[in-house]
Amino acid sequence: MADPAFLTVAVITVASAIIALEFKEIIYGAIALAISLLGIAAFFVLLDATFVAMFQVAVYVGAVVVLVIFTIMLVRREAWMAVPEGRRKVMGITIMFITMFGLGAVFIASGLTEQAVPETTVTFTQIGEQMLTYYSPALIAMALTLAAAVIGALALAKVELGGSRSGGNN
Amino acid sequence: MAEIIDYVILSAVLLAIGIYGLTVKRNAIRMLFAIEIIANAANLNLVAFSRNLPVPNVTGQTLALFSIAIAAAEVAVGLALIIVAYRLYRDIDVKEFRSMRG
Repeated sequence: MADPAFLTVAVITVASAIIALEFKEIIYGAIALAISLLGIAAFFVLLDATFVAMFQVAVYVGAVVVLVIFTIMLVRREAWMAVPEGRRKVMGITIMFITMFGLGAVFIASGLTEQAVPETTVTFTQIGEQMLTYYSPALIAMALTLAAAVIGALALAKVELGGSRSGGNN
Repeated sequence: MAEIIDYVILSAVLLAIGIYGLTVKRNAIRMLFAIEIIANAANLNLVAFSRNLPVPNVTGQTLALFSIAIAAAEVAVGLALIIVAYRLYRDIDVKEFRSMRG
């Protein structure tokens, strides 16, 4: 059976994921998403992956959620508070439970529980070595992808003044 | 210490919540939230399996790091698309984007 720390973090993560999708005011939804992502970081700590947890907090809670909150501040409207869902909501909940119980039954039947966990854990020195030696082509490709994504995002969101392609401060 | 089956079931629950969000919500930012929840469920699986292998394993954590970075790039592009769509339609309800249909 799971230990108390796992159960607490699991409840917080799942509850705030649901709140992120269901809360009427979307800015509180974004904050609930941040809490959910912090919960995932706590799971990484529980799994002895401290470096990944740090990365998760820096990238998701630090960058992604802030970006989302700024976007919400730019495009927010009152009309979103009352979007009717009705029949699609019932359908969505049905799909959710089918996925949940289907996958859960498969996983419980798979006999994953008999696993021996090693005593020693991976240090961040090993991760850094792997990243800069064996995975260095992937690292370079990822850096280029990130740069291209950010430049593409800036180019998409740029305001074009008076139809000319050169103007604009933002 | 929680066993691996707990983590796998938890990430199945998060995946189901994300699928629910993608199915029901029409607000583009909410759909982005759902995508984030699904991506995080996948990352949790990667790290959990890499912890529970018989020998200490670096590859799972490295792959999780790459996955987090790519997800950040995806969010940046997605939000830029949402801002452009808002500028064009004055709304981010995906139902309003029907005129994009080819």
